Order: sequence, then structure tokens, then C-alpha cells
Amino acid sequence: MTKAITVSGLHKSFGRTRALEGLDLDVESGEVHGFLGPNGSGKSTTIRVLLGLLRADSGAVQVLGRDPWTDAVEIHRRIAYVPGDVTLWRNLSGGEVIDLYGRLRGGLDARRRAELIDRFELDPTKKGRTYSKGNRQKVALVAAFASDVDLLILDEPTSGLDPLMEEVFQSCVAEERDRGRTVLLSSHILSEVEELCDRVSIIRKGRTVESGSLADLRHLTRTSVSAELAGPPDGLAALPGVHDLEVRGNRVRLQVDTDRLDAVLRSLTDSGVRSLTSTPPTLEELFLRHYQKDATASAGAVAP
Amino acid sequence: MSSTSSAFSAFAVRPAAARQLAGTGTLLRLALRRDRLLIPVWIAVNALMVLSMPGTLDSLYGTPAERADLVRQMETNSSLRAMTGPVFGDSLGALTAWRAGVYAAALAAVMSLLIVVRHTRDEEESGRQELVASGTVGRRAPLTAALLTAAVADAALALLLAAGLSGQGATGAVAFALGVAGTGMLFATAAAVLAQLTESARLARGLTAGLLGAGFVLRAAGDSATADGSSPLTWLSPLGWQENLRPFAAERWWVLLLIAGAALLQGAVAYELTGRRDLGMSFLPTRPGPATGRLGTAGALAWRLQRGGLLGWSIGFLLAGLVYGGMTEGAADLVGDNEQARRIIERMGGQAQLTDAFVASMTGMLGLVAALYVVGAVLRLTGEETSGRAEPVLACAVGRLRWAAGHLVIAFGGAVWILLLAGAGYALAYGKDPGGVLGACLVQVPAVWVIGGAAVLLHGLLPRAAVAAAWGAAGAVLLLGWVGPALDLPRSVLDLSPFGHLPKVPGAEMSWGPLVVLCLIAAVLVAAGLAALRRRDMTT
Repeated sequence: MTKAITVSGLHKSFGRTRALEGLDLDVESGEVHGFLGPNGSGKSTTIRVLLGLLRADSGAVQVLGRDPWTDAVEIHRRIAYVPGDVTLWRNLSGGEVIDLYGRLRGGLDARRRAELIDRFELDPTKKGRTYSKGNRQKVALVAAFASDVDLLILDEPTSGLDPLMEEVFQSCVAEERDRGRTVLLSSHILSEVEELCDRVSIIRKGRTVESGSLADLRHLTRTSVSAELAGPPDGLAALPGVHDLEVRGNRVRLQVDTDRLDAVLRSLTDSGVRSLTSTPPTLEELFLRHYQKDATASAGAVAP
Repeated sequence: MSSTSSAFSAFAVRPAAARQLAGTGTLLRLALRRDRLLIPVWIAVNALMVLSMPGTLDSLYGTPAERADLVRQMETNSSLRAMTGPVFGDSLGALTAWRAGVYAAALAAVMSLLIVVRHTRDEEESGRQELVASGTVGRRAPLTAALLTAAVADAALALLLAAGLSGQGATGAVAFALGVAGTGMLFATAAAVLAQLTESARLARGLTAGLLGAGFVLRAAGDSATADGSSPLTWLSPLGWQENLRPFAAERWWVLLLIAGAALLQGAVAYELTGRRDLGMSFLPTRPGPATGRLGTAGALAWRLQRGGLLGWSIGFLLAGLVYGGMTEGAADLVGDNEQARRIIERMGGQAQLTDAFVASMTGMLGLVAALYVVGAVLRLTGEETSGRAEPVLACAVGRLRWAAGHLVIAFGGAVWILLLAGAGYALAYGKDPGGVLGACLVQVPAVWVIGGAAVLLHGLLPRAAVAAAWGAAGAVLLLGWVGPALDLPRSVLDLSPFGHLPKVPGAEMSWGPLVVLCLIAAVLVAAGLAALRRRDMTT
């Protein structure tokens, strides 16, 4: 499988602010790759480097096998980009902007354009300033999905879309994947990422902290288990990998590292299980674990 | 406590009025905070220009005899009158008012219109007003705060001018300061009206600046026709009112009433309009556009974005050419029999026939104004970039050079086009020597291009500072060209402006050397700017 995007050791500073400090990112051709991170962690900076709008201070960056800084135009023929905050020209209609972006990329599928306008319920005759935020996003989304490109770079593309349109967006991304196109999706909507993405990269403070398939990442995290037992539980606290143990009479709630699940289940069945629910970690939990590292670290520093 | 209860009672007595203006004080503080650099710079430039005048004039025309001589010359020198207005007395104060009055008033007008549009239509267009208006902010509070901000700036300017000129006579100083500040408020309220009518801040600014330009052309035409500012054309122009106040020369105080009355009337219209419309909407509503577009290149997009502005400039330059062309014949007649006037105008226009010299100074003025066009057109690049609209375009298969090229062709080609139109209008109204007139217009092009090239370089190197720096450079060149020659500034200072190196055709020998050098400088500036643009990060 070839790589659509490879980034390794990417550094980028703005004056004294260090936006990216050794970021790594690998996107395989044909996959939908989730790109996650808190606000200000460097997602948009990375995307601007991938688009050749910013020049990397150091590190290796390749998009579709080329250097985005020197070969920007050649790469852009095969890329469609949707920013998180679309600004339109006040005196151009949405339809004009869609066609402009399409032609600047080297062609637009007219039938697909009409179909997308219909599905997104967009009025293409309105002019720039009169669109709401969600409708401005739709203009850029229609232009991107109707273009004949190999790679879609979407930077929080659904901000402002209503749930119905969010669903249309998700089916559009699924269709793109089915056609063999690659999608880099930066998003804060975790259900969207969970639904669409084959693999995700999580970044924090300009560094990649986690990267892999959702299954891989889940494996690294905790499953929550709650059970009602026949008798009081025994020896759970001593098991390795058990966290946040809560025992109330015969009821047990706990978190367990997913690769230690076997021992916990054995211990529970020893006490006799009346009912059991086990929830795999959601992306949200996975996410919060990384994001909250700062908070716990600083709290730990203050506490004696 | 007492202020709370009095606020309550005011609320009870005049609830409607209080609600309309709620939050004005906070908005005024916000506006002054945002403009804490802009306003002092405008005031300082204006005050420096005016307050340096008495000293300079004193060194030029030190004795009463010299000054009386100057007054006699001005009575017969219509082209100099077109630039500065007539002179009404031979005191230093009166000469200062003559030399600086029109420009001080025009600068105050530009400052005021920029302030008002910036805090009204700009805020609505950007969407910031929506969040502000959701607070306890009355419907008319933003407009009131914007007008008050302009009033604060104009009042501060007036205080500085009155204090600085009081040595020349307190009465005249007050009249001069009030005339300048009044003209400022006249254009502040005009901008307030136009900001209600248009949906775009750019258009509101453009239309108000167009009014100011029309005022300048009308006053220039009127003043070249009569020696005492009494022409109806002069009275049609607000800049003519300021001059007819006659500071330091038997002030006509009633003219201030005219200025104040007109400003109040315009303010009332703006208030009436702002109470009747929806936030963000205008009285000239946006029509729906086509569902499919024909735009397909970065160049076509640039043309689409700039064509409206270019049309406005084209109309303005054609009209200015027609007006100045119509004045040219009479100008030579009036000046014909006065030896000293001859010498002055020859100094301004070069060693040549008087009519030719008049043509040269008028086309020189048009060239200076064309520099403003080229800076505005080049800075569209900066506007597109900082607004975030350039980013998705550059993420398409469009290189930075192609993206910039469209705007630059319009900027540099447009400068040639508007000067050609002015020349055509001039030649048509003048009726003689079309080749010489067109040549006098086109000879301005290399100097205009140098200013445009400087703007390209600034955009390439310092995108964040480019707007202020490029307008600053254009403004400095404009001031040098307008006030420089008659002040006998040292050659080395005048030489800083590219316009100082142009041959004063028709009349003077045509010399290609400086033109070629200026074109080369412009080319180097543009090339360096584009090279820098290719190398740097795009800003967002």
C-alpha cells in the first residue's frame, strides 16, 4: 500500500511560539484518517504545511509522493481542501464559487455537483455574505466532493452543519472511500471519526501522541466493567491493571486495562456473576485520557 | 447609588430614547481603544503639516511687501489657485490658511470617514456587530458611538490647530480649526448616511471618498475661475465652504452655520435610516446571483473582484480630465500679463508656455491621485490573504505568482487606463494638442508604477504591516507633490518622490532617461516583492 501523506519530525515555529515540535503523520492511500487534537495543538498548522501554504522549519513532508512546498501546484490538482471556517466573496454567488474552485482544481463533475447541491439542500444563487456559517461550509464541501481528486483534506469541515447535514456529510465521505480516495479528516466530532475513520492520529502540543487503527488504540486503553455478583468480590484490588475500583455491597464497578481483562473476568466469575455489562472504551475516553494528561500532571505537581 | 436611580428615572421618563442609545458609552470607549494608534497618527500628520506652515511661509515671504506681492500674484494665477484656493489676506495666518486649509480639511475628512465606516458598516459586514448588538446595546448606539469617535478626533485636531496657530491671531486660529474640524464632521456624517445605504464597507468608503474627490475637483474648477472663492462651483464643494470661512481675514462666521447645518442634516438622515433597517442589511439589498458560474481562473476572479473599483476610478478620472481640460484655456488668459505670476507658475510647471505649464501641473496632480489607485489595487492581495479567502484558492492548482499576477495586471494596467481616460477627457474638453495632453498624462505612469511596486514589495516582505506602510508611502508622496513645490523644499527632499523626476511635459523637453530608470525600479520592486511572496508563509 502506498502512502498518501508522510510526515516525520515536522517542526514549525512562529516567532517564539513553537506550533509543531516533531510531528509525525502517515496516511495510507485509500483510507480515511482521523486527525485529532485539542484546540491549538497544531492541526491546522500541519494542514497548511501539507498544502504548501506554510514552509516547514525542519522535518520530511511528502504529499502524494511530492514535496508540498516546491510542487504545490502539481499536488493541488489532485487535492480538494475544505477549511474549518469558509469565507466567501460577498458579491459572488455560492454556485459561482463552487464552479470557480472546481475549475481551479482542474474540473468538476457536473452531475455530481447537481446531486450534491440537492443532497446538501444548498441554494447556489445566494451571495457570499447572505449565507449562514453552515451554508458557507456546504459551498466548500460541494466543491470538494464534486471535484475529481485523489486526496481530500478536510479541516473540521462540519462545523455549523445540522445533524441531518452531518449525516449527508458522513455518507459522502463513505462514498469517497468506496471510490478509493484518501481522506484526511480533522474533527472534534468523535462519533463522526469513530464512524468514518480507519485509522486516527492524536496530536497534542505539536507532537503525535497516538497513532493507529481504532482497534489498536482501544487495545491500549481501559474497558469499564460493572457487575452484580452473588457474593462480595475478592482480590480485585490486587489484580494488575485495575483502576477506579468501586465496591458497594455485591455491586462492582471498575476500569481495567483492556489487555488485563481476562484476569478480572476470572476473578468475577469466582464470586458468581448475576449480571455483567462491559463497555469498550469510546474514542471520547481515549481522547480525554490524552488531553487531561496536562491537567493531572499540573495537579500532581501542586499536591504534596 | 444616585446614578443608578437617575438612570432608572431617565428610563421611566424617556424609555424609547434611552433604549435606543443604551451602551453608547461602552462602545465609544471600545472604538477609542481600537483606534488608539490610528487617530493620533492622523491628527499628528495633519497638525504637523499645518503648524509647520507659518514658519516655512515666513522664511519664504518674510516682509509685508513680499506677502502683498504674493497676494497680487494669486489674484492672477489661476492654476495655483486651483491647487490651493485663493488667498484672502497678507498676514502669515491668512497665508497659512490659504496654503494648508484645503489639505487640512481634506485630511480631516478622510480621517473622519474612515473612522465612521470602520465602526459601523465594517462591524456589521464582519459579523462582529451581531455579538455586540446582542448585549444591552441600543439600535442607534453603534452609529452614535462612531460619530462621537469621529467628533472626539476632530475636536482634538481642532484644539491642536487652534492652540498651535494662536500666535497668528486667536480669532483666526479658532475659525481655521473649526473649519477643518467641521469639514471632518461633514464627511463623518456623509459616511454615516452611505454606510446605511450600502452593504459593503468598501463601497461606503469608496462613495464617501468619491464625494470628497468631487468636492476637490469642483473647488479647484471654481477657484481657477474666480479669484475670491465666489464661484458657484466653489460653493457646491464643502472644501470651498472651509475656504470661504476666510480665517485670519475678516472671518465670515456664518459659513460655520452652513457647515454645522449640513452636518446635522446628514446626521439626522443617518439616524432615521439606521432606525429603520435590519442589522447587517441595507437599503440597496443584495440580489441573488447565478446558480452556475463562468469564473475559471485566478485572473478572472481578480478581475471580478476589482472591476467595480476600477469602474469608479475610471469615471472619476474621466470627469476630472474633462473639468481640468475645460479650465485650461481661461487659466492662461488670466495669468498672461503678470510677470511674477509667470515666474511662479513656470517654477511649478517647468520652463515653458504658460498653458503647457498649467497642463503639466494638472496632469501631475492626476498622477499623484493615480498612485492611490495603484496602492489600493495592489493591497487587494493583502486583503484576500488576511481575510482567509486566498487560502482555499491557493489550495487549488493555482501558484502564488498566478494568484498575484491577476491583481497586479489590474493594478498596473488599470493605472495606465485611468490616466489614459483622464488624458482623453482633458484633450476633449481642451480641444487642442491632444498628443501633448495624453503624453503629459502617460508620463506619470512610471512614477505611479514605482509606488505600486513599493506596495508589492511590502506585501511580499511584511504582509501584516503592508496596508499601513503602503498607504503611508502614498500619502507622503501625495503631500510632497501637493505642498512641496510651492514651499521651496530642498531638492533632496523633493527627489524622494518618484514624481519629482518626471519631465514636465508638455512644454519642457521630453527626457526618456528618468522614465526608463523609474520603470526599471518599478520592475525590480515588483520582482523582489513576488520573490518574497513565493518564499514566505501565507498569513491567516
